Amino acid sequence: MYRYDEFDALFVRERAEQFRGQVARRLAGELTEDEFKPLRLMNGLYLQLHSYMLRIAIPYGTLSARQLRKLGYIARKYDRGYGHFTTRQNLQLHWSQLPQVPDMLVDLAEVEMHCLQTSGNCVRNISADHFAGAADDEIEDPRILSEILRQWSTLHPEFSFLPRKFKIAVSGSAADRAAIMVHDIGIQIVRNNQGETGYRVFVGGGLGRTPFIGHEIGHFVAKADILAFVEAIMRVYNESGRRDNIHKARIKILVHQIGADEIRKRVGREFEEIRQSGALQLPEQEMQRIAAYFRPPDFEGLSHISPEFEHAQKTDVAFANWVKTNVHPHRMPGYAIATISLKPIGQTPGVCSSDQMEALADLMDEFGQPEIRVTHEQNLVLPHLRKRDLFALWRKLDALELGTANHGLVTDIISCPGLDYCDLANARSINIAQEIARRFADLQRQHDLGELKIKISGCINACGHHHVGHIGILGVDRKGVENYQILLGGSGAEDASLGEILGPGFDSEGIADAVENVVATYTQLRHGGERLLDTYRRVGPAPFKERLYAR
Amino acid sequence: MPADRAYVAVADGEPLPADGPVIVSLKRFQAERDLLLARGEKLGLRLDASESPEQIGADVHKLALIVLHVPYFRDGRAYSWARLLRTRLGYKGEIRVSGHVLRDQVAFFARVGVDSFDLPRPVSEGDVAAVQAEISQVYQHSVDGRETIWDLRARRRQPPAS
Repeated sequence: MYRYDEFDALFVRERAEQFRGQVARRLAGELTEDEFKPLRLMNGLYLQLHSYMLRIAIPYGTLSARQLRKLGYIARKYDRGYGHFTTRQNLQLHWSQLPQVPDMLVDLAEVEMHCLQTSGNCVRNISADHFAGAADDEIEDPRILSEILRQWSTLHPEFSFLPRKFKIAVSGSAADRAAIMVHDIGIQIVRNNQGETGYRVFVGGGLGRTPFIGHEIGHFVAKADILAFVEAIMRVYNESGRRDNIHKARIKILVHQIGADEIRKRVGREFEEIRQSGALQLPEQEMQRIAAYFRPPDFEGLSHISPEFEHAQKTDVAFANWVKTNVHPHRMPGYAIATISLKPIGQTPGVCSSDQMEALADLMDEFGQPEIRVTHEQNLVLPHLRKRDLFALWRKLDALELGTANHGLVTDIISCPGLDYCDLANARSINIAQEIARRFADLQRQHDLGELKIKISGCINACGHHHVGHIGILGVDRKGVENYQILLGGSGAEDASLGEILGPGFDSEGIADAVENVVATYTQLRHGGERLLDTYRRVGPAPFKERLYAR
Repeated sequence: MPADRAYVAVADGEPLPADGPVIVSLKRFQAERDLLLARGEKLGLRLDASESPEQIGADVHKLALIVLHVPYFRDGRAYSWARLLRTRLGYKGEIRVSGHVLRDQVAFFARVGVDSFDLPRPVSEGDVAAVQAEISQVYQHSVDGRETIWDLRARRRQPPAS
């Protein structure tokens, strides 16, 4: 993975010291909260319901064992001994104390980490496919471009005060595990007829209160031109994005209002101008330097079949169940990718304790894993495992409550922190996720239902991605009472689509029953191996409505 | 540098002084272009955040000063306007920023081609340098032509230690 050189290292150290000065001025009363707010937001520090929340950037979701161990240490020393992995592949610590935050940043800088641009109206943490470098369908590791974009966007002098926040995701495969269609900019690495790799660029996707699927505005952008192309988009947005209404300020609204053709035209003009000036040609040497860090590890020449692995699956049902959902094909024979579920039944989705982080870091060392990944589905991934090690690894994971066999199943629920923490929320989401998971805890039933993605947001800002859940749940406030709407038919994958609201919402007591009714309708109507999403797309909302709102 | 106080800001509808440099709005400039240029004095133009410098047209080179007004620190359009003036439009005169700007923002403005600030709390060149020194290196090329971290790496290229 990428390692800081002296320039990157100095940058984050100086940034931490700069913030120490700003915090000191705030604590001394030289800065009002109004003046301090933009400064702390540029360092990922939010003031929430009960406390400050520090959002730590995990660029493209990749962590080393050393970094994970440090996160465990920081969460224990400065917070309550756990952290919350988010749908942006970040880690949130919800109980931070302002005077300690500069020390937290210094500790993070020691392991090449920071909180830069995890909030504010700037280019946020760049996210990428969590199977990067390991997926069997990958054209190129998306983290190379992601790291280039990270550096290019860090304290960008022109684009740090955009109309609104700006999220970029990169995928290196045709299968979309990075939800690129619902990002402000989504980039897919593609190969043309001449065998060259380049970039397909989507713009204007997004969730929130007005969800949109992105439009393709670059069919094949040459590698050397990608920064010029992205900068052209940013400039058009910075100049023309709406600033009169915070709810209409994202680029998706601009794209929707002036149309994809007009965006293409305006971006094209800027792009040609930047390209001709040559200022943003991606330096080939720099690209190679960064790419070298993402060279795959030295794989052993292994056979496709591992007798130990096959044997363990036959003799241990629980392990076999874990393999069925949490182990994925790797591009090298004898290797596999494993998803570590942070969704044990009845627990808070995405939460990981300091003890677990440290134990995982130890396991990474033990099993020769240089990196671990955070997924936008709030799980972790070990990307390069020998199949023959999987059984031993899983037993240790299971002992740490990290061996839950539910990836992609109905209990692998995405949930925002909701009203338990967030001052934007209208309703709790964690308790709803927990209740639904308990209802569907039976693993045989989960397998019978197959891939079923439930995503829950506690307000229309949609941090829980409810628009792209096969079943989406949106918490709203109805006259002071929590109320939950159901959406069906969403997908954040390569078949991206936005869910549709089924009808009136349900109270916190009734929402799990409603989900049961949706699932029961599906099992009655499904054909063959159809997922709930497929059935919904085939039959539409009517039968679901009938069942849910029957008198 | 401190704002050049020799300019007098003249509101729309107010009479022009007999002599001396003035700053007028884009609207007034468009209405009284010939008169303003015939004064034979340095001329400044104030652009509101929603006004692109491209609206000035070819006359941009006749202006000695362009003031980019920032109504509120979160409105970041002036960064792009400054850059556009310096690149696409090739403007060589002074660019000044007025309005509501935070201390830490002056470093960004200096990078995209802004020369001076007219703020309630005066900003000196030393102030800009002090803010810029807090983060001593930059990743991106911009109008100021500063050497970037990528340039520094290219100069002392070395293989990654893995």
